[in-house]
Amino acid sequence: MKIKITIPTERIHNPIISESIVETGVLLNIMVANIDSTYGELIADVKESRFDRIKKALESRGAIVSILDQPIHRDEEECVECGACISVCPMNVYSFDENWNLLVDEKKCIQCGVCIKMCPHGALKLGQ
Amino acid sequence: MVKKSVHEINKKIEDGSVSVVTAEEMVGIVEELGAEGAAKEVDVVTTGTFGAMCSSGLMLNLGHSEPPIKIQKVWFNNVEAYSGIAAVDAYLGAAQISDTRGIQYGGAHVIEDLLRGKEISVHATSYGTDCYPRKVLDTSITLEDLNEAVLLNPRNAYQKYAAATNSSRRTLHTYMGELLPNFGNVTYSGAGVLSPLSNDPSYETIGIGTRIFMGGAQGYVIGNGTQHSPSSGFGTLMLRGNLKDMNPDYVRAASFTGYGTTLYMGIGIPIPILNEKLAAATAVSDADIVTNILDYGIGSRNKPTIREVNYAELRSGSVQIDGKDTPTSSLSSFKNARKIANELKEWVRHGKFFVSMPVEKLLNEGAARPMKQTQAVPLVKDIMSDFIVTIKKDQTVRDAAKKIWENSFNHLAVVSDTGELVGILTAWDVSKAVAGNSFDSVESVMTKKVLTCAPNEPVDLAARRLDRYGVSAMPVIDAQKHVLGIITSDNISKLLARRY
Repeated sequence: MKIKITIPTERIHNPIISESIVETGVLLNIMVANIDSTYGELIADVKESRFDRIKKALESRGAIVSILDQPIHRDEEECVECGACISVCPMNVYSFDENWNLLVDEKKCIQCGVCIKMCPHGALKLGQ
Repeated sequence: MVKKSVHEINKKIEDGSVSVVTAEEMVGIVEELGAEGAAKEVDVVTTGTFGAMCSSGLMLNLGHSEPPIKIQKVWFNNVEAYSGIAAVDAYLGAAQISDTRGIQYGGAHVIEDLLRGKEISVHATSYGTDCYPRKVLDTSITLEDLNEAVLLNPRNAYQKYAAATNSSRRTLHTYMGELLPNFGNVTYSGAGVLSPLSNDPSYETIGIGTRIFMGGAQGYVIGNGTQHSPSSGFGTLMLRGNLKDMNPDYVRAASFTGYGTTLYMGIGIPIPILNEKLAAATAVSDADIVTNILDYGIGSRNKPTIREVNYAELRSGSVQIDGKDTPTSSLSSFKNARKIANELKEWVRHGKFFVSMPVEKLLNEGAARPMKQTQAVPLVKDIMSDFIVTIKKDQTVRDAAKKIWENSFNHLAVVSDTGELVGILTAWDVSKAVAGNSFDSVESVMTKKVLTCAPNEPVDLAARRLDRYGVSAMPVIDAQKHVLGIITSDNISKLLARRY
């Protein structure tokens, strides 16, 4: 499952992620990480069965953990199936089938929102 | 030798014996039967394209109000249209953006809303005359209320189009979509194998007066499009069609982030196969249509070509740039292009659409010229300060403070032993170091990620970069990273003060 870990300013200097991984032994596959001196936001994949443990460890250190359960939603009326979204998605959510129908694999979505800006027809939104 | 006339083909359309295929199907037919065999077998080849065509717009007539008005300025849903044509005629351009909603909504959206039967607000102003006394008008209209509503599109259906990528270090928002940094993606437009003009590249049958599929209705080619450049294979068409007969599936408003609005048009052109030369031309495949990938990271009219590419490569999903697989995105819809070619095929097959010969041919050589500019564009080297104080990276903060004080200069360019630019140090950085009691080397307190510019860059581009990143100066460097000078916001304001 995909989760979002937000690290607030007051905790940014602590090695929260490493400590939590070492403590729990739960592996995080980090897919997106935006961290600077004031704020941090990561998106990671974690086994569903291990989620509770790592969440507890991260939250005890001041991080905010949320489940990414609102993947991209495509408005089929607005979409013209051009495929503009395909090349900007870092997770290969979008593809064409052999008849040039646009396929959307929502399970891969990490809610980064890049495709929303790309779509010329305003057909993509996060959540329903 | 096969020789057929449009008249003969139209007779076959009338009696239902016509043989029609799409340009996609024609590739295999010519491969199998040869051009001569295919020309005997096939009477009409249909093409289709569905993509962003910014140079589109609606010519409309509102009818006269009581008391009458000679409209000087007019807005439809707060999108301004051109009304310097008689009293109640107006031309609404697809790329015109809303005064209130910006690039979210534009002329293209008004056109789509009209087509979908929605009510549109109209606001018009005038100076008043004896024959047209009214000065202000507010009303709302639907498509039905207009006397004429005709799409007059100055440049549609590009024969092919250059693909886009981005060498710069930031995402670019362009009319070719989001271009990711460091050659992160490639975007392209055009229907390749189905592209109308690519299937008749010598413009034998597509010319002034050719009847076409336009937005789901019958429309006409009324000339070559603007910027028509046949010599390089970038022909364009000017089209006319009645909006009232169109289908909203094929006329779709769009908005590109950071760029603006545009209209996606569905266009299809039937090509009568009069001889084997036309049969051979319509057998063109994606791999035969070659274009360039241009670098939009360079904000100039002359964007550098990164490489040549054909539509088969573009449509495969990725192309190689510098040995790396780079994902591609189409901005036009191939699925809809195919739908159009098939719908047109059905029209012809069922006797609802007859082919035509042009009453006049399009120019098949020549190219669009760049703009004549009478004022020289100021370049960075024309206005930069060529006096710049440099400091070596291993000198101390105290040395830096002294240099700033002695030269009364706010920015020091930090250079390596070989004279290459490695950072920049401002009076502010020095103050910060002093306040923090850190008197180490310049290297530890300087800004390492320096924005720079080249001496031959137009000042407009440098100013845009200063503004975007909120900095007041940029070193000017040559290809070897040697510092030639510095351009500051002061230099730019002096230039403007001179100009006005």
